[in-house]
This record gives sequence, C-alpha cells and structure tokens, in this order.
Amino acid sequence: MLTFDFMRHAFVASTFIAITCGLIGVFVVARNMSFLAHTLSEIGFAGASFGVFMGIAPLNGMLLFTLLSSITIGQMSAKESRREASISAISSLFVGLGILFLSLSNRNASYATNILFGSIIGISLADVYQLIILSGVIMLGLLLFYRYLVFDSYDPIGAQAQGLKTNLLSIYFLILLAVSVSIAAQIVGSLLVFILVTIPAFIAKYFAKSVPGMLVIAVGAALLGVWLGLWFGYLTNWPVTFFIAIIEFGFYFVALVYHRSLSR
Amino acid sequence: MTELVNAQHLGLAFSNHQVLKDLSFTIERGSMTSLIGPNGVGKTTLVRLLIGNLQPTEGQLVINPDRQHLNIGYVPQFRNLEAEYPLSIRSFVSLNQLDRRLPWKTRKERQALDQILAQTHLTSLQKTTVGNASGGEKQKAYLAQALISKPDLLILDESTASLDIETKEEVMALVAELNREYDLTVIFVTHDLELARKYTDHYLFLKHDQYEAGPMTQLDPNLELD
Ligand SMILES: Nc1ncnc2c1ncn2[C@@H]1O[C@H](COP(=O)(O)OP(=O)(O)OP(=O)(O)O)[C@@H](O)[C@H]1O
Ligand SMILES: [Mg+2]
Repeated sequence: MLTFDFMRHAFVASTFIAITCGLIGVFVVARNMSFLAHTLSEIGFAGASFGVFMGIAPLNGMLLFTLLSSITIGQMSAKESRREASISAISSLFVGLGILFLSLSNRNASYATNILFGSIIGISLADVYQLIILSGVIMLGLLLFYRYLVFDSYDPIGAQAQGLKTNLLSIYFLILLAVSVSIAAQIVGSLLVFILVTIPAFIAKYFAKSVPGMLVIAVGAALLGVWLGLWFGYLTNWPVTFFIAIIEFGFYFVALVYHRSLSR
Repeated sequence: MTELVNAQHLGLAFSNHQVLKDLSFTIERGSMTSLIGPNGVGKTTLVRLLIGNLQPTEGQLVINPDRQHLNIGYVPQFRNLEAEYPLSIRSFVSLNQLDRRLPWKTRKERQALDQILAQTHLTSLQKTTVGNASGGEKQKAYLAQALISKPDLLILDESTASLDIETKEEVMALVAELNREYDLTVIFVTHDLELARKYTDHYLFLKHDQYEAGPMTQLDPNLELD
C-alpha cells in the first residue's frame, strides 16, 4: 500500500502523530484532563471552521484557537473546582461558533465531516512536513521539562511542597496539549481525539507502574491503532477513523478484562 | 551552632482573620524542633511561610542567614492519591530526583534511590503501587520522596499521626539518624508529645494568643494537648 504517495504521506504523518499523542496522553490522564482535552478539540473544531471561513488552512485555524484558549483556560481555572464548570461553558460557546463559521463559509458538508471525523488520507507533502515539525516541537517540549512535568502530573501536592512552579508548568502543559489535540484531529477528527490522546494512556495505566513504562505502552497502542487503521482503511475503503476507533476500543477492552482478572 | 531560621515579630493574616501574631523564634542548624499546638492554631500555616509558599503579612522571616543554597524537604500533611494510583513506590519516590533534566536516570541516581528505599524499609515493597500501599507505607514513601533530594531542612507535618507505635518509632529513629549523620535540621509538626520529647531537642508551642519556644527540657512535663 505504500507504493501510493497519498498512503505514504498518511503513514508518515500518522506515525509521528501517534507517537506524540501517546506521550502527551499519559500526562493528560495523570492530570485528570481528558475532559479538557476533549473540550480543546471542540475549540479546535471552531478554529478549523474559522480557518475555512477565512480561507486559511483548517490546521492553522485550529492551532490559533486551541493555543489562545489553552492559555485562557489555564488562567480561568487554576482552581480545580472551577475547572469542569468553565470547561463546559467554553466548549458550548466554541461548538456553536464552529457551526456558525461553517455555515457562513458556504462550503459543502464534506468539509465539516473532514474536520469532525478526520481525513488523513490524501494530505499533501507540505502538510506532512508541518505535522512532523509540530510533533517534534511537542516531543522536545516534553523532553525539556520531563522530570518537572512528571512530578507535577503524578504528585502535584508533593511538587508544590518541593517548590516547583506548578502554575507555570500547568500552562506550559496546556500549550503542548493544545498543539497535540490539533494534530490528532488531523487523523481522527476533532470529535474523536479521545481515541489517540486518552485511550492509549488509559490502556497503559493498566499495565505499567512506572512513567517510562506507561509512555512506551501508550505510544505502542497508539501506533498499532493508526497503522492497522490505515491498512484496513486501504483494504476496505471504509473510514480510517472507524478502524482506529474499534482497534483502540478493543485494546482498552482487553486491558480492562486483564486488569479485572488480576485484581480479583 | 548557627541559625538556620530567624523569625522576628512574624505575623500572618488571611483576608478575614489573623492566624499568627508577633512570633519571634530561631531554629538552629542541626537541631530537631517540635512544632506543637492545638488544631487550627496555625502550624501548617507557619510551615507554608517557612517553605516560601506564603509571605508574612507582618514582621520578617529570614531563612538561612548565611545564604548558602538551602534545600528544603517538606512532607505535607495531606496528599490525595486515589486507590487506583498507578505508580509503584519506587517510581513515586523517584519523582523528586530533579538534579538532571533528561528522562533516563543515571546509575548514581538509581543507587541513591536504592539507598533511600533501604533506609526507609521500603525495599521489599518498592514494586507495590502507592494506591495499594497501607497508610503507614504511604507515609514512609512520602518521607523517602522528600529525602531523595538530600535536604538540609526536613519538615514533617504530622507525618506520624496515623502510624502505629512501632512504625512511628521506626520513622523517627531514621530521622534522628539522618540528623546525627548529616546534620539534617528537622521541624516536626505533631500532637504526639511523647514522641516529641523522646526525639526532638527544641520545641515551639503555638497557642491561640501566645506561644512558647525553648529547649525541650523546659517544656512543662505535665502538659497535655487537646
Ligand atoms: N488559605 C487559607 N485561607 C483562610 N484561612 C486559612 C487558610 N489556610 C488556613 N486557614 C486558617 O488558618 C488557621 C490555621 O490553620 P492551620 O492549617 O495552619 O492549622 P494547624 O495548626 O496546622 O491545624 P491542624 O493541627 O488541624 O493541622 C485555621 O483556622 C484555618 O482555617
Ligand atoms: Mg496542620
């Protein structure tokens, strides 16, 4: 299948995105932020529609919106108790805006479908480069502050007790998350970023007791999902997103059963 | 002995009420001080001032007057780790190894980890997840995590409160040993006067409108808290 350019592009881009999302997802789950990740991708949907409306690339519109809002959210809800409420409010606003932008832009419905459900097949070489660079930025961002992020994610009280700047770390992490969500949406769509960002990390939590262990498993689960998804999509012509979704669901189900059987 | 902490007329008020008022005391390097007093009197608040988490609203608090680098290890009173918490005790303790940036641990770091786990009697439990550990084991893991950064000042906020007598003694004996061997300065927040008398040499007794400070030998032998 890799003899076709469009499949090669999809394969390379998906590989980088899956690695990035597997990594970031472990932190998202540790920080109890999967709901927030979902909201960011809805904001991304609004950003992409805005991009379509303005005639700029949907990915750039998405980056613009998610980055701006991640900083706002970071400041609005430093207090955990306020987080859920402000997140639901923000998310309703942005989905509404997304619908508005799409209808104003007079594009056909397939645009909306692509943004919501993903469209990795057929992306251009320039898009591939952009996605690789963005993935690289996220991975570098994680690497540079790895130990601080791990401490703050897995033991915020301890991290604060040792004098870490936990508020700054939160905002830093939200920025990385915003970019991750935007690129994940390129494969699985903004409605389903859960598939790549949180499910692999939840799977990893069942199998590993160390952070590096969880990172490896999450990346592995994400990679297997997108590779097999692309392959099945190629064979059947059914949506890639559908295959990735059922594969990740399958992994999660197996992990859950395994975990249950251990703790019984 | 040199001073490590010097408080002059220290006061702290939250927006609506005054918690600490006109508090003057010193803590010497290498000493072990018990911080005692009834619930809600301001012990944890004082600790938060010491670690720089709060700023005094009155007076001044000088920490480490000779301005060498001071590393504080603080074991907070509360942690909220759920039963599903995934990290092993070993991974949890290693969270505080922050001297280097990159993810992978050096051999030296792994050895330091082994050593602290042995000292806190956690070696055989290191693969247990913190979520599955008992209350006492958790407390020892918190202590080990604070110790792994080789602090000069260790602050324990009621770390022994939920432990049985044997584990209490074990934890305090370890802290006392580190105090002797490495000149670790210790502030021990507690309601346990027996333990305070046995292991610490100074006390700071906060009451609602006043306070007492001095060597342990001067603490009223008939005193009972709460
Ligand atoms: N952030 C805050 N805002 C307002 N009041 C606070 C805050 N933190 C603590 N207080 C109040 O300050 C007082 C002292 O609290 P602190 O936690 O220091 O008590 P403590 O001596 O540690 O008590 P305990 O023995 O129960 O741990 C309490 O009345 C508490 O309600
Ligand atoms: Mg307290």
